[in-house]
Amino acid sequence: MTTNDTHVGASTKSSGSSVVASVGQWVTSSDHKKIGRLFIGWSLVHALEVAVLGAIFGLERMSPSSMQIFDGDAALQLSWLFRHVLVLGLLAPLFIGLAIAIVPMQVGSKAIAFPRLAQYGFWAWLFGSGLVLISLIANGGPNGGNADMGDLFLMGVGLLIVGLLAASLSVATTILTSRAPGMSLDMMPAFSWSALIASIATLLSLPVALSSIIYLYVDHTHAQNAFGGGQGMETWLGWIYSAPQTFVFVIMALGVLAEIAPVAARVRQPLRPVMLGGIALISTAIIGAVTQTNHVLNLTGTNSDKLSSTVLFLLTNGLPLLGILVAVAVSLLCFKEGRPSVNAAFAFAVLGVIMILVGVAGSFLANIDDAGLLGTSFTEGVTLYLAYGGVLVALGALTHWAPKLWGVVLDDKKVLGLAGLGLIGTVLSSFPLYIAGFANQPANVVNGFDYDGPVALWNVLAAAGSALIALVVLAYVGLLVAAVRAGAGAKDDPWDAHTLEWSIPSPAPANNFASLATVSSSEPLLDAKPSQEVPA
Amino acid sequence: MTLALPSAPSQTSRRQVLVATAMVAAAAGMLIAGMLAMWMKFRAGAPTRESADGLKIIKDWMSKDIKVPEVAANTMFATFPFAALMAQWAVYAAKRRDSQHRSLALVILFGIGIALVNAQVAIYAQMEVVVSEGAFGAMFYAITGTMLALIVSGMAFTTVAFFRSIGGRDDDQQVISANALYWYFLTAAFTAVWFFVYVQK
Repeated sequence: MTTNDTHVGASTKSSGSSVVASVGQWVTSSDHKKIGRLFIGWSLVHALEVAVLGAIFGLERMSPSSMQIFDGDAALQLSWLFRHVLVLGLLAPLFIGLAIAIVPMQVGSKAIAFPRLAQYGFWAWLFGSGLVLISLIANGGPNGGNADMGDLFLMGVGLLIVGLLAASLSVATTILTSRAPGMSLDMMPAFSWSALIASIATLLSLPVALSSIIYLYVDHTHAQNAFGGGQGMETWLGWIYSAPQTFVFVIMALGVLAEIAPVAARVRQPLRPVMLGGIALISTAIIGAVTQTNHVLNLTGTNSDKLSSTVLFLLTNGLPLLGILVAVAVSLLCFKEGRPSVNAAFAFAVLGVIMILVGVAGSFLANIDDAGLLGTSFTEGVTLYLAYGGVLVALGALTHWAPKLWGVVLDDKKVLGLAGLGLIGTVLSSFPLYIAGFANQPANVVNGFDYDGPVALWNVLAAAGSALIALVVLAYVGLLVAAVRAGAGAKDDPWDAHTLEWSIPSPAPANNFASLATVSSSEPLLDAKPSQEVPA
Repeated sequence: MTLALPSAPSQTSRRQVLVATAMVAAAAGMLIAGMLAMWMKFRAGAPTRESADGLKIIKDWMSKDIKVPEVAANTMFATFPFAALMAQWAVYAAKRRDSQHRSLALVILFGIGIALVNAQVAIYAQMEVVVSEGAFGAMFYAITGTMLALIVSGMAFTTVAFFRSIGGRDDDQQVISANALYWYFLTAAFTAVWFFVYVQK
């Protein structure tokens, strides 16, 4: 396959003599790699923001009766800011950004479908995030005291959802229409498959949130009675920020692991259709999301009641958990059959996915009525496991695809250390909230509650965990910036990988491929190499 | 080292617009379905009371002073299939590379769109629903307003297809087909809205 000479980095250097020109290039670029990196960059800024907020909340919760960093309204709004940024400011855009940057290269396309739509998606998401931030600072979020700012909050959430939908549409259309000749859906790389599933699940679930927002906005601006005013925002929008909707946003994390594991093990993915099926199974979470209900397992009442409760519970909580278990198990099968070499990208990905698995298993447990965990900080722990686990996986993905995105290979030992610290940070920030949940610490409340357990210890640990995550993200960005500044040129295929993006130069040229390739298997690049693999 | 993979022949039509339109229709379908589900939930949960003579149970959902203008609502319902028919006529003409009929069908489709908007405005004028009057008022304007916005989007799509048509894009079947798909979706969506909002009330 021949390639273009125009490297992204090269063109930036030649024409970016002034800062204005460089900013202009980024603002108006239709290059999917730039749009994806904008999403990823801002998501990592939000990762820092939530980690710092999480640390502050943990400190305030050390002694709810005496320590008051924030007063009532400010604490409430910052608690909402934390939830909002964790899910719609970090988890969702981080993986959509990865998909925008990587998927077109993986499927052998020269560009993303509707690049201007993807670009609009980013700016709408960013602008919407800004509106939400302003409204929450001005006490306008759910249960807030400023009605006008409440309208702004709804507008901001609506706008950023439209942005995420636009970006998802662009990704899904690329996968469905722009695959290389011969690449059927079952031959697609695992990450692209997960991006397709996640994009379609997003396109089907988030419009339901938009319908709530439209009703709330009309009601809030005119009558403020039917939907419960500011309090109603929590009732009608709270589901976007919690499981099972959050499961939709981590589907791509499984795709990242499934992509990196066979490369690290130097083997073709065994039981590949089962793994693709496992990833697809997670999308059943949207059944729970669009009904805006926690389908709780409640074994009281008649046999018919018990049966319907069990079926709905298993459908919305059990199937996503089963899907993740299958995808993880099959991905790790590579290590049984191959020649494993643990690198930093794989470490980040596998540790992050295990954290996500603990989060989804926690959600399964929380939705058993007899456990009495709903409404406690246990559910906060679930969201933190998913979000911080997602961050770890995304850092693994960035390490893996850094050669294509920036033309650099990161120092494996240093990044490996960060993966370990990231694991510790995630467990420290989330697991204490699981324990505190069993002791009935309420969810999303930072002061003024009664608590009868060792409150200081659990919340100090949670604060320390969030602070550690902030440090890990900062250190990772520092390593990346240093590597890019050093300009150490990466090889075209430094990992001996399997898929099409590794057949083009590093960093990837502006239009990816100069000519199209014919694909006849799920590992086209491996087919073209002299055989070194361990037979599956 | 950059590996050489077997090169492929030039790519055939990728139908990006058609596929994207199908997904937009699915997403917009979920939007309308979500709104209708909440409409039904609020309607079912509206408080009830006995009538003055104690013979009937009255549901306090839509004020008894509000009368649905059935002529306008039913005309909208009956007009949508004609809109879909015109959109399909444009597809038929495009396949035969008949630019005159294709453009004519799109102009008529746009005209039908104007008529639909006019009918919706007439419904607003005749019903005189007060937006701040309880759940019904807010939800009525929210759901019909969203439907109106989707219709206007369809008209914009038709306008783009028309200008491409008169611009001599004879090979532009995909955009015409996508436009038709969107109008089929609008027909289905309005049928649901018509039943739940104007018939069942």
